[in-house]
Amino acid sequence: MTDRFAPAAKILKDHAYDSAKLIPILQQVQDEYKYLPEDIMRFIANELEISPAKVFGVATFFAHFAITPKGKHIIKVCNGTACHVKGSSFVINTVKDKLKLKEGQETTDDGLFTLECVSCLGACGLAPVMVMDDVVHGQITPAKAVEIIDKVISSEAKNAD
Amino acid sequence: MPTKNIEKIAKDYKDAYKKITGRVVICGGTGCIAGGSLKVYEAFQQEMEKRKIGFCLQITKDCHENYLSLSGCRGFCAMGPLVSVGDIFYTKVKPEDVPEIVEKTLMKGEVIDRLLYHNPVNNQKAKTVEEIPFYAKQERILLHDCGRINPEDINEYIAHGGYAQAKRAYTEMTDEEVCKEMITSGLRGRGGGGFPTGKKWDLTRVEPGPKKYVICNADEGDPGAFMDRSVMEGNPNAVLEGMMIAARAIGADEGYIYVRMEYPLAIQRVRTAIKQAEELGILGENIFGSGKNFKINVMEGAGAFVCGEETALIASVEGKRGMPKIKPPFPSQCGLFGKPTVINNVETLATVAKIMEMGAEEFRKIGTLGSPGTKTFAVTGHIANTGLVEVPMGTTLRQVIDEVAGGTTNDDGTVNKSAFKAAQIGGPSGGCLTREHLDLPLDFDSLKSAGAMVGSGGLVVMNNKTCMVNVARFFLEFTQRESCGKCVPCREGTEQMLSMLNDIVEGRATLKTLENLEDLAKAVQKASLCALGKTAPNPVLSTLKHFREEYLAHVVDKCCPAGVCKALARFEIVPSKCKGCGMCKRACPVSAISGEVGKPHQIDPKKCIKCGGCKSTCKFGAVVTGA
Repeated sequence: MTDRFAPAAKILKDHAYDSAKLIPILQQVQDEYKYLPEDIMRFIANELEISPAKVFGVATFFAHFAITPKGKHIIKVCNGTACHVKGSSFVINTVKDKLKLKEGQETTDDGLFTLECVSCLGACGLAPVMVMDDVVHGQITPAKAVEIIDKVISSEAKNAD
Repeated sequence: MPTKNIEKIAKDYKDAYKKITGRVVICGGTGCIAGGSLKVYEAFQQEMEKRKIGFCLQITKDCHENYLSLSGCRGFCAMGPLVSVGDIFYTKVKPEDVPEIVEKTLMKGEVIDRLLYHNPVNNQKAKTVEEIPFYAKQERILLHDCGRINPEDINEYIAHGGYAQAKRAYTEMTDEEVCKEMITSGLRGRGGGGFPTGKKWDLTRVEPGPKKYVICNADEGDPGAFMDRSVMEGNPNAVLEGMMIAARAIGADEGYIYVRMEYPLAIQRVRTAIKQAEELGILGENIFGSGKNFKINVMEGAGAFVCGEETALIASVEGKRGMPKIKPPFPSQCGLFGKPTVINNVETLATVAKIMEMGAEEFRKIGTLGSPGTKTFAVTGHIANTGLVEVPMGTTLRQVIDEVAGGTTNDDGTVNKSAFKAAQIGGPSGGCLTREHLDLPLDFDSLKSAGAMVGSGGLVVMNNKTCMVNVARFFLEFTQRESCGKCVPCREGTEQMLSMLNDIVEGRATLKTLENLEDLAKAVQKASLCALGKTAPNPVLSTLKHFREEYLAHVVDKCCPAGVCKALARFEIVPSKCKGCGMCKRACPVSAISGEVGKPHQIDPKKCIKCGGCKSTCKFGAVVTGA
C-alpha cells in the first residue's frame, strides 16, 4: 500500500511549509484527494505547526472546499443573477426532484451525482446554464436537464452490465 | 536579466505582420467557448490543412500566409461563437460552416450572408463590427484590444504600444509624477466604491518602505458581472502593465493577482502573460534598467464573495479565513503582511496605461466632471444583446438598454422595449432602477443619489414578467449565504430578513412582517462592519420603495402576480386558448400534463412540480399562473 500521506507531504514541501500558503495547499490537496479528509487536514496542521482548528476554519469558510466526498458526476447549475431571472430555479428544483435530493442534501444516496448550485459561471450570455462534468449546456430547460441526467444514468447502467 | 528592447519587438512584429495575407480571429472567451468556439478553431485548422492553405498560429518572421488565432471575449456573447475574417464579422458560427468560410471568404473574399449579424430593428445585415449598433454605440477604450489581439502573445500587445507606458514610468518619471498623473486624470476605482485611484496611490507612496505590495482584486464575485473576467481573458497584459505602473508609483516590488477560481481561463491567460513578461525581462529584476524590481504572484480564490472586500481579501492571501477588519488602519498604511498595500480592481488597473498613453487631460474629457472616463457594464437578463458594453460615464440607462443592448425582451426572447420593468445595478449590493430612472445618467454620484450604485457594473435587465419580491429574496439569500459571520448585524440580521422574505413568498406573512422587515433592513445597513453587510439590505429596501404593491399582493392577497413564487403559483391551461399541440406535454419533466392531440390539455396539480416548463414552451399563451 502506498503511503496515503505522501501526496500531501509533497504538496507541503512544494510550498516550503509556509502557513501563509494554506489556501493554495488545501486547493492542491483537494485536487489530489477529491475532498479534504479529516486525517489529512490534521496532518497539514501538524506539518505547518498551526492548530487543526485553523485548518478546519479555513476549509469550512470557503465554498470551494469540500470536507465530505463528492459524487461521481458533478452537476453545476448556475444560479447567478442572469440565470436566475431566466428561470434557473425551475431547473434546480427539477434536478433535485429527479435525483430525489432532500433539503440540504447535495450528493445522491448512491454516490452517483452531486448537485452544486453555483453563483455565476460568467457565461451569462447562455443563461440559464448547467454544467455536467465540465461540459457546459446553455439555455437549459427543466426537460433538457432531465434528458442530460438520463443519458448519464443510462451510460452508467451500460457500464455496470 | 536586462529587459529586452520593446521597440525592436514591436517593429519586428509589425514587419512580420505585414507579410501575412489574411487573419482569422475566433473568439475564445468563456461564453463563446461554452458555445463551441474551440471546435470552430480546430475545424479551421483541419480545413486549411486539407486544402493545403498555409497558416500559422503565432506571428513569427517566417509567417507569410494566413494567421489564425483565438482572441479574448469580444463582449457580444449572445451571438457567439464569433469569427472575424479580416474585417468581415460572422456570428453564431458552427464547425459545419467552416469549409464554406474558408472557401468563399478566406480564399475569394466573398461574404456569406447567412452568417452576418442580422439587425432585427432595421432588418439589415451588418458586414463589419462597425456596422453593428451594439459596437457602434459604444466607446471602447478599455476593451479596444479585447477580441482584436491574441491574448496569449505578448508581442502583439507590445506591437500595439503595450508596456511603453510602464517603461516611461520606470525610466522617465518619478513616483510622485506617476501619482500626480492619476490624480489629474480623476480616475475612480471601478470595483464599486469609486475612490480616486491617484489619491489611494499617493497615500501609499508616502508610507515608509521598503516592503510594499500591489494587489489586483480580480475576485469578481458579483453574480451577473463578468467585465473583469473578459479583460483578463482578452488583454491580460494591460492588467500587468497597470500593476507595474502602480508598483512604480508607490515603490512596491511585489504584487498579487487574486482571481476567483471560477475563472480557470482567466487564470491561465494571466499566468501565460506573466511568464512571457518574465522571459522578456519586463517583470523581474532591474526593469528597463531602472534598478527596480517587480514580480507578480497569482493566487486563486476559494469561493467567498466577501473576499472582494479588501481587508478580507488580504486575510485570505495571508492564508486565513477571509474576514474583513475594521478600518482604519487602511491597507495603504497596514495591508498585506502588515505592509503598505494598494488594492485596485482589474478594470481600474487595465485603464492606467491607456490614461498615460492619451494623457490625463484627454482622459478627463470623456465621461462626466465627477466621474471621468468610461465604464464597462455586463448587461444580462431579459435583453436582446447580452454582453459587455463600454460607454462613457454619464450615458443614460435608456441609451445602454435600448440603443446599445438592443432593448428589453419578452420571456420568449422577442424584443419589446415597453416590457422593461426594472434593472438591478451593482449586483447584490446595488439597488434597482425603474422606468422613472431610464434617463438617469450612469455615474458614481447620480446612481448613489438614486439609492443604487455603480458597483462592479453588473446590469441585470428584468421584464414585466419578473417577480420583484423573488428578486429581492434571491439577492438576500446570496448575501446571507456569503456573510462571513464576524459581526452580529450582518450574520443574524440577514438571516432574519431572509426568513421574513420566505414568509412573504410562501404566503405566511402579515403586514407586520413588512414593517419588521423594513426596520431590520435599516438596522443592518447602519450597524454592519463591512460593505457586504451595509449594502445587503439595498435590494430589499429599493424594491420595497419602488414595488410595494407587489409585496402587498403577496402579503394581503396571497398571490404572486408574476406567477414565479412557487407556493403562491398554480399552473393552469386555458381551454379556449389550447390548440392541443402537445408541446407542453413533451416539455413536462414529470408527465403531469394529459390530453389528446387537437383537444385542450390539463395539468394534474398533484403531479405538477411548478417548474414552468409548460408555460415557457406554449406558443399560444394558454398556460397561465393563477393564484
